[in-house]
Amino acid sequence: MSRDPAIGYRRPMRSWWRRDRFFVRYMLRELTALAVLVYAIVLAVGVVRLSQGEAAFDGWLQALRSPLSLLLHVVLLLSMVVHAHSWFEIMPKTMPLIFVGGRRLAARTIQRTGWAATVVVTVVVFALALWARA
Amino acid sequence: MKRSNAPIFWLLFGAGGMLSALLGTVLVFITGLAVPLGFALGADWMSYPRALAFAQHWLGKAFLFVVIALFAWHAVHRLFHSLHDVGVHAGMTAKLLCYGTAAVLTVAAVVGLLSIGF
Repeated sequence: MSRDPAIGYRRPMRSWWRRDRFFVRYMLRELTALAVLVYAIVLAVGVVRLSQGEAAFDGWLQALRSPLSLLLHVVLLLSMVVHAHSWFEIMPKTMPLIFVGGRRLAARTIQRTGWAATVVVTVVVFALALWARA
Repeated sequence: MKRSNAPIFWLLFGAGGMLSALLGTVLVFITGLAVPLGFALGADWMSYPRALAFAQHWLGKAFLFVVIALFAWHAVHRLFHSLHDVGVHAGMTAKLLCYGTAAVLTVAAVVGLLSIGF
């Protein structure tokens, strides 16, 4: 980036991650954090609007129905799936070691358990939402 | 030696990561797609009186607070540590901006939820 002679040559940073598919995947994975943040903002705005009364909250609901918001939430949904996938992918590396019968628990077992937990939680939450239908 | 405050941020990051991995997909689907489109749950699922009743209950309050706060702290922690990869120096300004965003969202959620009442 810099051409300051005191610093010398610095390899440019721009688009370094596009040179390799592994890095592209890495950047996409890190970008899912942005989706988690955006969704937290959407919910926080909803809570604040709810505290401001019916008209304010209806405005938030109306905004959620706009095509732009629907498109955004499709992107958020896909990002959340990628995020969950990457979270369970790294879990065997971040967790304390587990030994079963003297052998280290396989990474795949941990990943599959994580996915299974997500599927169970998803089904339970959606069932609860259906049960609480208007 | 001064104690590091890093474990607190890592803890929030880990808890938020787990929670968003488990809940993120279904929550986005319900609040962002199913309800606005009137799919399966009905368009009135999040209507004002229902949302209010949910947020007034201590359990609903706790749920909303935990989801908003942990999602936010998880996300900013990860974004902060990705800054270096896109050539942004992860200095004090970046740190304050990142964690400040999460703090603002947390405070907004607390103030909103408390003013909704019980």
